[in-house]
Amino acid sequence: MPERTPSQTVGPYLHIGLTQGAYGVREIFSASLADPGLAGTRIRIEGRIFDGEGNIVPDALVEIWQADPQGRYAHPADGRALSSNSFRGFGRCPTDKDGGFAFDTVKPGSVPGPGGTTQAPHINVGVFSRGLLKRLFTRIYLAGDPANAADPILALVPAGRRDTLIAKPDAAKPGLFRLDIRLQGANETVFFDA
Amino acid sequence: MDDVYSRAGNAADPPYLSPDYVGTRIRSPKQPLIVIPQTLSEITGPVYGHADVAPEEADLTKHHAGEPLGERIIVKGRVLGEDGRPVPNTLVEVWQCNAAGRYHHAVDQHDAPLDPNFTGAGRCVTDAAGNYRFISIKPGAYPWRNHANAWRPAHIHLSLFGPSFLTRLVTQMYFPGDPLFAFDPIYNSVPDPKARERMVCQFDIEATKPEWALGYNFDIVLRGSNATPMDPDHA
Repeated sequence: MPERTPSQTVGPYLHIGLTQGAYGVREIFSASLADPGLAGTRIRIEGRIFDGEGNIVPDALVEIWQADPQGRYAHPADGRALSSNSFRGFGRCPTDKDGGFAFDTVKPGSVPGPGGTTQAPHINVGVFSRGLLKRLFTRIYLAGDPANAADPILALVPAGRRDTLIAKPDAAKPGLFRLDIRLQGANETVFFDA
Repeated sequence: MDDVYSRAGNAADPPYLSPDYVGTRIRSPKQPLIVIPQTLSEITGPVYGHADVAPEEADLTKHHAGEPLGERIIVKGRVLGEDGRPVPNTLVEVWQCNAAGRYHHAVDQHDAPLDPNFTGAGRCVTDAAGNYRFISIKPGAYPWRNHANAWRPAHIHLSLFGPSFLTRLVTQMYFPGDPLFAFDPIYNSVPDPKARERMVCQFDIEATKPEWALGYNFDIVLRGSNATPMDPDHA
């Protein structure tokens, strides 16, 4: 059987290959996931990434993968997916000079979980950067959703660390949620191994 | 819920903390990862295929008015799962520096010339048998500031999706016999020497085009399913 090709860092020049707009190359991904006509609750997720010394990380890449407002993934393994659905569920955003990232999307629906459970609405997140030899995998949940209390994945996280996965609404801007990602140290974000 | 994707092969990856690569010291998590089951969220993933990519995007030597300087190369291979099955119709994104070892990137201040005919970005989609192919020029080695007299061996960055969120891979392809391997903390961050060799392409005389370009073969193996492979001849 063939054996796995190991992961290596994206390095500091990832933008040439993965977010090429500044280099005159057509981009096929964006940080805006939903067509204007898509029904659903519009949300915007904003955050910054920090390293173990509390400095912002201006050269990271954030990728998100999420279900549509009905909780369906645009993928053949989700038998409920609708072929006519324009929502592809994937977004990509490099961090800016302030370590910031932002995605404009729709609130995902609840998704089936293991053993007949239901997963609360969540967004799957991958983080890449110089100094990361392999992707970091985390999730974003939305504060205030009553389904969070019964989410089977949050239940696996020590209670004191769950807040690192839950984006908080901005009181002044409806639809805006904020969540920072801390790679290391105080309030380190929970990262997953699946 | 049973795993759909094998976890055993993850041992091939480097650890997050690899102190000789200085950047990992403040960017690697200190808390243990939380092990979770593979749910619908993980066994699905973005699907991008031929409709999203133009064929000429796989030829990095044709993106400007003139030809880039350097040794023209063909890089081709198959994308497979560790179960031995080909991974068809999956996006492969590549980026690299030019023949002089300089990236066309604002942050790269290496004192080597830029090539106005080379950006160093390409992409393609694997065919039904998992095959991919790029045309480019051989990238140069370049210095970096990780330690005194640090140089990266020549490499091409590759980014792949595979069939799910869990099969996502970003790696680097190296060239055979590079004398810089022994000194490179990124290459050596992979603990198993045999696994390191799986990041090195092979010179391929069959893929080499007479009077035109050197051929290299590089098969890429992603996380695969736990299911028994369908073709026992390749077991």
